[in-house]
Order: sequence, then C-alpha cells, then structure tokens
Amino acid sequence: MAQVELSTSARLTAADLAGNAHRRRKERAIRVAFLSAAGFSILVSGLIVLSLAGKAVQFLTLIHPSQLLAGGWFPRQESFGMATLVAGTLIVSLIAMVVGTPLGLGAAIYLSEYARPRVRRIFKPILETLAGIPSVVMGFFTLNIISPRLVQFLFSGAYLFNLMAAGIGVGILITPLIASVAEDSMFAVPGTLREAAYGLGAKKRVTSLRVVFPAAISGIVAALILGISRAIGETMVVAIAAGATGNSLFTMNPLNYGQTMTTAMSSLAIGSDAVGGGKAVFASLFFVGLVLFALTLLLNVGANRFVRRVRRRY
Amino acid sequence: MARRSGLGAGVVAIPDSTATHVVRAALRGKRFRVGDYVLQGLLLLTLLIALGVLVVLLGSVAVHGVPVLKQRGTTFLTTTNSTFPFLAGVKQGIIGSLELLVIVLIFAVPLGVGAAVYLEEYAKDTRLNRLLVTNVRNLAGVPSIVYGILGLIIFAEFLKPLTGGLTVISGGLTLAVVVLPILIITSSEALRAVPNSIREAGFGVGATRWEVIRSHVLPSAAPGIFTGTILTLARALGETAPLLLVGALLGFFSPGNLGFWGQLRGPYTSLPTLIFSWSTQPNPEFRNLTAAAIIVLMAVLLTVNAAAIVLRNRYERKW
Repeated sequence: MAQVELSTSARLTAADLAGNAHRRRKERAIRVAFLSAAGFSILVSGLIVLSLAGKAVQFLTLIHPSQLLAGGWFPRQESFGMATLVAGTLIVSLIAMVVGTPLGLGAAIYLSEYARPRVRRIFKPILETLAGIPSVVMGFFTLNIISPRLVQFLFSGAYLFNLMAAGIGVGILITPLIASVAEDSMFAVPGTLREAAYGLGAKKRVTSLRVVFPAAISGIVAALILGISRAIGETMVVAIAAGATGNSLFTMNPLNYGQTMTTAMSSLAIGSDAVGGGKAVFASLFFVGLVLFALTLLLNVGANRFVRRVRRRY
Repeated sequence: MARRSGLGAGVVAIPDSTATHVVRAALRGKRFRVGDYVLQGLLLLTLLIALGVLVVLLGSVAVHGVPVLKQRGTTFLTTTNSTFPFLAGVKQGIIGSLELLVIVLIFAVPLGVGAAVYLEEYAKDTRLNRLLVTNVRNLAGVPSIVYGILGLIIFAEFLKPLTGGLTVISGGLTLAVVVLPILIITSSEALRAVPNSIREAGFGVGATRWEVIRSHVLPSAAPGIFTGTILTLARALGETAPLLLVGALLGFFSPGNLGFWGQLRGPYTSLPTLIFSWSTQPNPEFRNLTAAAIIVLMAVLLTVNAAAIVLRNRYERKW
C-alpha cells in the first residue's frame, strides 16, 4: 500500500515516518514503566534516610549529650558510649584489611598477570564460592576454628569471643570482593602498556608491579575502599564471634570481646521486644544505623570516584 | 631461538671486549631469577590460602555436621525447632527461606530487570540518569543491616495493613530491596554485552524500541540475566542481618509446626536465622546441630552456584 502511494504522490511527510498513534502511545507507556522501575531505587534511598533520620533525631532529644561520651555501650543503663562502638568497628575492619588486602591483591595480580587460562578456570570459581559463603557460616567457622585454633593458639590471653578472630573472619569474607574489583581494573590495563615494558627489557615482575599495578591504581584503591566499607557493615561474623551481648566496656584490645556498630544494632533489634528499657534504648538503634549509613555512603562515593577515574583514562 | 642467533650475528661486527661479553651473557644466559619466582610463589600462595580456608571451612562443618545428619536422617529436615538438640530440626527454616525467596523473586526481579532495561536501553546521558546509576551503586554498598531498619519502619510499621507487621512478607520485601541493586547491576552487565548491531538491525526494519528489546535484546541477554538472578537469590538465601530487624524468630521462640501457609501469615524464621540462633547456644550439641544446618544451607547454595556457572558457560555467547 505505502509503496503504491509513494510512487503516485512521491510525497512523504513526517507524519508517515512516525508510525501509528496506538503504537506510539504504547511505546511511551512502556518507557514510563521502565523509568519508574529505575526510579524505585531513588525511592529506596529516600526511604532509608527517612526511616533512619526521624528516630535518630528523636534519640538525640531523649538523651543528654554526655551519655554519648560514656565509657561503654550499655544501652539498658542509658550509657551510649559511641566511642566503644567506633573503636570496635575500627579494630575489626583494620584487622580485616590486614588480612584481606594482601590476600585479595595477591590473588588479583596472580589471576590477571600470571595465571594461565587453565589455572584461571580453577581459581576463579573458588574465589566465587568463597564470595558466596553466607556470613553466618563464616561466623560459625570463625567462632569454632579461627578463634580457638588460631587466635587463642597465637595469643594465650585471648578470650574465646574476641575482636581479632572476628576481624580475620571478616577479612576472609572481603577477600573475594577486593580480588574481583582489583582484578577487573588490572585486566582493563591495555596490553600495549605491558608490551612496551617488555620491549624495554622489563621482567614480568617489574611489568606487573611497576607498570600494570600503578596503571590500575584507581581501581585498586576503589577495591580497598569497598573492602573497608563492606567490613564496617558486616554484622553476622562479628555478632557470632566477638561476643555480641549488646553491652561492652570501651576496649582497644583486639583479644577482648567487644561491640561494633552493626552488632550493637542487631542486639538492640533482637532484644527490643524481650526487654523493655527506656524509650531511648530502641531509638539508639536508629542513631547507630544513621552513623553507619553515613560512614559507608561516604566510603562508597569515594570508591566510585576512583573507579570512574580509571574508566576515563583508558 | 631464531631471534637469539640473529642477534648473535649482529654482534659479530663489534670488537670483542668485556662489555660485549657481559651483554652476550645477559642475553643468552638462562639465569634463575629468584625474585620473579619468589613473587610468583607468594602470589600463588595467596590463592592457595583462600582455597585452604575454603577446604578447612567445609571440612570442619562436615566433621561436626555429618554425624548429626547420619543419625537423624531426613527427620532433621522435617522436624521443627526445639530446646532439645536431639529433637530440633530445620523444617521451619526451610519453609521460611522458601517463602522469602518467592517474595524476592516476585518483587525484585521485575523491578531489577526493568530498571536495568531503562538504564541500558532508554537512558541518555543526562543528569537524572547519571544520578540513577550513582544511586544504584551506592545502594549496593549500604550494609544489609541498615536495610533492616528500612524494612522495620516502612514494611512492618508503615505498611502494616498490607504486610501484617513483622511477617515473612515484610522480611521478603526487605530482602528484595537488599538484593535489588545487585540485580540491577548484573542485569545491566548482561544487557550491555548485547552488541549494538543487533539493535540497529531491529531499528532498520522499522521496529520500535520496545519491539527491539522484547524480541532481540532481552532474549540475547536472557542467559546473563538468568545467571545473575540465580546468584542474587543465593545471596538472599544467605542473608541474615536484615531479617533480625524485621521479626525473624530467634532463640527457641518457635513458629510452631506451621506449614507453608501458616508461616506466611504468622511468625516466621529462616534457615540462616536458625543457624545464627543455634550458633549462639553454648551447648556443644547445638554446635553440631548448627553444622548440620549449615550443610543443608551450603548444599543448596553450592548447587545453585554450580548451576549458575554451568549455565553461564553453556549459554554465554561470544559476539
């Protein structure tokens, strides 16, 4: 039909190209549906802030600021020493990074620069399996193996529930994350850079460590930041292995039991219906949550900056 | 070899001196480079440590858990929780986890894939769309326990008339939100792998954008999306922390011998929650019970992961 018309009138207007109105309307509706699915993620962010902020502010009005500076975290006794939680979180994530950084980066360099395809095919699924281990399972392993067999073996004064074991467990948990992000960025370094290094007579070691590694540094930094962020937010390993009773004195000793921000939250959540406590007790859950959210958000935004920088260059 | 002899031929013209000896020795010599091997060994060691941890982990779980499973057989899977370790089973955990996964599947998959389609197929490089992408990336980094607070306030309190409060529905919706960013990211990657020529061919014969997506892009990206979905569900299955805030039962509070429909409306628990519950019991018999429950969970997870990897290898198309 259209062809016949064309040949007779030979006049084609913009309206002919637009297709029929029904099809256009359908197309627009579908576009809106997809857009709203994508927009839902913005809604989720808004709801997170909304659900945290209200009660967190309420918490601050319920307590005296000096209660935040108490020498321990005993919510039922109205002492909300944030320093205790921050110190616990810091100890656990530092130890996690001490374990996760060499393991993760070593694995990344090996897989990206050294491993033959067959070796890669063996090790990548192993890392993926390690990444897929639920944190409760890692918690069980930490409490039953890492703590008694490793930490208590090395340090005689360690409690069975201790922050160091929890840190090591979390470190193993974040190793695959660090490895995969770092490997991605090293793999993305163009082969021409490596060839140029070889052409100048550089050895494999020099090429990997002094050419590829610096070229991928943005991605590697991003991997480490994401690792810290994940370690800070990890709940179950610490809850099981660090003696999350919901209370703790301030401690900087990793061989002691302790609390992190996440375990303080989980203990508050578990205990909230069983034990009453004051109004501020339950509200403190939201305050800690807000601090945790703000901290990890800051780290993630920073990590994404670094990832974008590596993309721009190549 | 050929290169070396060629070089040697070139060297002939240069008068023989100590320097050329050194150069020739360096070029021809097969010195054992200690540094290189040490580095390679160290790097390999990091991977072997990761492997070793995995082996020890699975081994220790097996040592504690297998005797329990042998002794209890399938009754471990069909009995409810109990304060007596020799009676406690994981039935409610399995039912609860199954329900949670169904809810995650219903809510997270359409939203996640839909958002990915928008970001990859429709979105132009505008400020709004850059905000969307940044937002998804940041959401992926939010600790899961923070999502628990969202679930508690929004799903369990604000939407109580719909969800019934601290029920498995609230729990499932919370998990759906937890895994949504991961699902968006994996689906986006699958869509991005479809080459543009496929789309252009579709547009060339007059198909609209939706028609191209439906008939060409989505089918081509389906294996990737499917694999991503499976891995995401595995992640949801192992997630515990957010459920602690939206009412999954702990300790020996038990939903009773409720079946599938009973747990859907009443109190609920999940497999990892049960594991957490038992792992905090000081009684060593519960330690073995925990290990047995972990075996059940890991069996499911490893099967699912293996299936996803096989699927990916089988259907992954190289364009």
